[in-house]
Formats: sequence, structure tokens, C-alpha cells
Amino acid sequence: MSELALSVTGLSKSFNIDHRRNGLPRYRTLHDDLLALPRRLLTTFSRNGRSTSEIFWALKDVSFEVKKGEVLGIIGANGAGKSTLLKILNRITEPTTGGADVYGRVGALLEVGTGFHPELTGRENIFLNGAILGMSRAEIRQKFDEIIAFAEIEKFLDTPVKRYSSGMYVRLAFAVAAHLEPEILLIDEVLSVGDAQFQKKSLAKMEEVAANDGRTVIFVSHSMSTVSRLCPRVIWLRGGEVAADGASSDVIQQYSNIGSVDQPRVSWPEGISNAGITELKVMSVGLLDKNRRQTADFDSSEPLSLEVSYTVFDPIPFCRIGFLLYALDGTPVFEIYDVDEDVDGGRREPGSYSLRCEVPGDLLKPGRYSVSLNAGMPGIKNLVRLDGALQFSVHDHALPGAAMNLPRVGVVQPKAKWASKTL
Amino acid sequence: MTTFSTLALVSPESSSAIAYAEPTPVVAARRTLTPTLRIRPTKGWAALNLRELWSYRDLLWILVERNIKVIYKQTALGMTWVALQPLIAAVILAVIFGRVAKLPSDGVPYLLFVFCGLTAWRYFSETAQRSNNSLVNNAQLVSKVYFPRMLIPLSHTFSALVDFGVMLIMLFVIMAIYRVPPTLRLAAIPGFLFLTAMTATGVALWFSALSVKYRDCNYALPFFLQIWMYASAVVYPTSMIVSARWQTLFALNPVVGLVEGFRWSVLGRSALNPAMFWITVAMSVFALLSGAFFFRRVERTFADII
Repeated sequence: MSELALSVTGLSKSFNIDHRRNGLPRYRTLHDDLLALPRRLLTTFSRNGRSTSEIFWALKDVSFEVKKGEVLGIIGANGAGKSTLLKILNRITEPTTGGADVYGRVGALLEVGTGFHPELTGRENIFLNGAILGMSRAEIRQKFDEIIAFAEIEKFLDTPVKRYSSGMYVRLAFAVAAHLEPEILLIDEVLSVGDAQFQKKSLAKMEEVAANDGRTVIFVSHSMSTVSRLCPRVIWLRGGEVAADGASSDVIQQYSNIGSVDQPRVSWPEGISNAGITELKVMSVGLLDKNRRQTADFDSSEPLSLEVSYTVFDPIPFCRIGFLLYALDGTPVFEIYDVDEDVDGGRREPGSYSLRCEVPGDLLKPGRYSVSLNAGMPGIKNLVRLDGALQFSVHDHALPGAAMNLPRVGVVQPKAKWASKTL
Repeated sequence: MTTFSTLALVSPESSSAIAYAEPTPVVAARRTLTPTLRIRPTKGWAALNLRELWSYRDLLWILVERNIKVIYKQTALGMTWVALQPLIAAVILAVIFGRVAKLPSDGVPYLLFVFCGLTAWRYFSETAQRSNNSLVNNAQLVSKVYFPRMLIPLSHTFSALVDFGVMLIMLFVIMAIYRVPPTLRLAAIPGFLFLTAMTATGVALWFSALSVKYRDCNYALPFFLQIWMYASAVVYPTSMIVSARWQTLFALNPVVGLVEGFRWSVLGRSALNPAMFWITVAMSVFALLSGAFFFRRVERTFADII
């Protein structure tokens, strides 16, 4: 077991961010580059170029080693460099400095359904997708029956996948990928697809892959419960650097404690969204008390408000925006969306908006919480996901029956209506 | 969104099956093996790495298969379009240039003359046109999986062969109609086809790589190809250029030699001469190699800018 599978040394990756474009991605045209040429030449000669662009380090001097058969989890906030790291290890993109030595065949599962062609049938797509992921025809043929049995799509094998339901599509895609047999497997968040039952099945499959075949697995996820279940060792990336590397329970504990300072408000002057999303950006999220004051400390009897301001750049036919609340130990408390009661409100027109939601008092148990923001088009794509964007505390309201204020079990502590009568 | 809660519900018993590995970073692990893969930043020109390309041949064939299956899906006429397109093009050219403008055609019926040129030309232009946007259309693949990116444009070189085959059969039919007897020279067609494929692949590699960065290529290429066609002796014979010196210079455009090569094989009449032939060979090789090296040089940034 002491044999090396992967050794990463001083790995860094930088991107240029051009401020002239206001932070919004744009396609380059030949025209733009030709117009910029004289200026580029001038700045090169006068040596004060780069005035409008900034170098952003997605990964900074990352080093670690992975042994054969090890299952390594990688965690970190959005933009911490997790996906960039996997992309470099999978040779999709090149590092800027440093490097990695890989001992064995690498297979990656960065997104389910990559390379599926909507016009082709399920059968044809199995071969296409398998080949793209690095399987030979013979290998795919050998596993064909296993794949369709796993995906449960026997009846639709000769139907073009564009007629598949999204569930079938995802099942087929995962089934192909799960039957890959590389020595080193890179997985990015793919377990969070499909319905609950299929998730359970795919998680079990991943465990089987990791346990039986002695394969090396590197697994990126936002779900702490999945990571702690699958991976004995975890690396935590923060701002492109390795913040911690060790036993999963320790690292996850440290990761959950980063918000040791309560944070009532975070803002992004240029907006933030998932990679590649241009239609919507979140500008800020914040917490307000009943007097609309910013705070991160609430009395358990008083309502608290969650606020998000966002800008829509292109019309979106349907989008929900909402919050997920977690207790600090990772227990989910609730998930709510602005369209929960107003489905017609899902259409977003270009403009800047502020959205506020009030959580009633006498609901949350005293303790510390973390808020995640989620904006997305359900079943289509996620637009913005900010995990652990805010942290706050709820302190005990001095109950009249304070004498009985011992710690209580449960996730919430609502104020219930009690009635008592003498019989 | 329900991920968290549902995953948390899964019972933890089965996780005990995972072998517990040493959690601390390993420094002293044995390094007896040589790595199968070294990932390092690269600069400048890169080797073509033909061996890797060869090891991915299965994927190439599957991509070729996909191109062929998909191209005329959900059209009423389906594969009939493969035959219809060049036929309509040839008839239009024959009417305009043969009848109205009365361009010379080396003494061959104009329709046969122009169809012969079109067979070579259309294979060239279809390959270039289809691969031009191919990387951008496959952005999902390029940014999510690793494989030699060259396979994507290359797959069109092969899938366009289907169209070429259909045109070749039609060409033989037209030959029969005009009672042009086949000769042994027809055996040279695969050779000229190979040269055409090389040139077309070279151009396709240039354009597909450029269009990742500059989407202008989508708009520029159709015009560029149209101009190129009229500059390539498709609708008129090279013999229209009287001076032999100018003819040789004209051959620097490799498509001229290829079109004339096809005419030489089919009609037996052509301005093709040895000097022109060797220039064409040299230019085809140059097109392919320059395209391939340029592609390799810029492909490392594809995933970042696509």
C-alpha cells in the first residue's frame, strides 16, 4: 500500500482577469485583438502593461502525495481551486508552474453526460461516451449489459437520448462512467444527481469501486456527509492553497469552524456566480434583524431576515432563489425558495433586485448556523451556489422559565401553543 | 438540492468496507516506479505525439460514426442530401458558366468538367467547413475530458469521405452518360484523394484552432472558401492561363493541382504537369504539417478560453 499513485509538487495555476470587461466574460473577436495590438505593443515596450488586467491564482503552490488504493476527498468553498486541480490532473488544462507525476491510467468523471449526443440512441451513446472517457470498444462491449442493467434503461436502448427524461439521461451517463476502470479515478460532484434512490445506488457503487478494486480515488464534493463516508483522508483547499490535509474527521471539523467569526454580510462588487454563468450574478448576501439592522447575533424569540441582492443580465424563464440553513455541525435545518408560493415569480427580467425573506422568531434553537445561497433553474442548471456564505448565532431568549434552560435535543425549538385544563 | 439530506439518510454501515489509509501526508513513499504521466507546464512548439493519437483510434472511429449518423438526422430526405447538394451545385455552375458565360472546358462536356472539379473541391471544402466549428460545438467535451483534441477536426476528414464516395459514384454515372471511357488513370484517384485529405486537414486544423479564440472564423470561412473555389480552377480550366510560368505559380494554391489531378484521372485532359504536381505535393504536406503544429501549440489553452 505504500506505492505512490500521484505526487503533486508546487502546482500553481493563474488566470488573467481583464478589468476592462467589467468582470463579465466575453468572446474575443479578431477585431478586438487587432485594435488592441498597437496598445499591446506600446505597453510591452514601456513595460508597464497589465494595468487593466490582474493575475488571479486559482491554485497556489499545492503539494501532496496520494498512495495507491487511497481514497482522498477534496473540500473547500466555491472558487477554492478544487475543480481546477482536477482539471489539471486530468490534463484538460495545463498548470502555470509546478507539476504532477501520475503513476497509472487516469480516468475522470467531471460531469455526468459529457459527450452525449442528443440525436444518437442510448446504445450509440454508450459507445460514444465510453470512448470519450477512455474505454476501448472491446471494453465497452464487454460491460455493455452491466451498464444498461445499472442504468435501468433496457426498453429505451434504441431511442435517441433527446427523448429521455432527465432522470434516465443521468442514470445512463453515470452508469457508463461508473464502469470505467482506470487505476486513478477523479470524481467531481457527480453523486449529486438523479433521484434519492439512484443517489443511494451510485454512492454504493462508488464505495464498491473504492473498496474492492483497490483503486485510487480523488473525490471533490460539497457534501461533507458524503466525503466523510467515502474518504478516510481529506484535503481542504482555501483560496487555491492547501489549508489542511489529514484524517477526514479532523479536516472537516476545521473546515466547519472557519466561520468562527460571525459574518452578517458579504458582498462581491463585480458579482459572483458559478463558472460559465453570465445571466445572473449575486452582488451581496446579508442578515438583518427586525429593525433592518445588519447583525449576526439574534435573539431566539425575534425574527431574522436573509437578504440577497442580485443582477440579472439576460431574461431567465424560470429561476428560483433561496437559502439553505445548516446547523454548524452540518445538520440541514431548512431549504426555502422565493418561488415556493409564487410560481409565476420565477421569471427574471434584466435588472438589479434585492430579495428578503423573513424567518419567524421562536423557531431556531440557540446555537450557530451557516447559510448557503442557491439560485438555479431546477432540473436544468444551477446558476449560483454559495456554500457557507454567512454565519450567525442565535442566543437564548431569557425564558421566564429560565430555571429549566438545560440543553435540549432537536434541530428546531418552536414556540408551541400549550393548553392545559383541569379535568 | 436535496443531495445533502438524502445522502445523509443513507446508512453508514457499508462504509466500513473502505480500507483505511494513512491520513497524514506521505513524504517517504517509495519512488521506484517511473511515472506513467508527467504533468508540467509547456511552452512554445510541441511534438505531434502521433503515438498517442494512434492509441485513441477507437475514439476517432466513434466520432466519425457519430458525425455520419448525426449530420442529416431529422431531415425528410436524409442521406439523399449527400447526392442532391453537389448535383444542384453542378447544374447551377453548368448553366451559369457553361451556357451563359461559355467558359472553356478543355473540350469536355461542361457538366462533366465541372462535376469532376467539384468532386475534389467539395471534399476539401466540406472537411474545412465542418471542422471549423467542431471544437466550439464540442466545448462540453473539450472543457470536461481529456483526449487529443486533434481527433475532433480529424474526424471530419474521415466522415466527409462518405460524401466524397457518393460524389465519385455520381461522377462515374455522368461519365457513362457522356460516354467517356474509363482508363487506367482512374487508379490515381486514391492518391489525389490522399493529397486532398492532407490539404483539407491542414486547413481544418488551422481554422478550428483559430475559431476557439476568434469566433470570427465562423463568419469569415464561408466567404473565404467561396473565393478560394473561384481561385482554384474549379469552374474553368487551368489551361485558360496561357503562360506556363504563371501556371506553375498558380499551383502554389494546392487545390489547383488537386482539381487538375482529378481531371487528369477522369478525363485524361488536364494542364497538370510534373512541376505543378510536385508543387502541389509540397504544398499539401506544408498545409498539413503547419496546421498540425499550430494546433498543438495552441491546444493547451483550449479548455481555458473555449
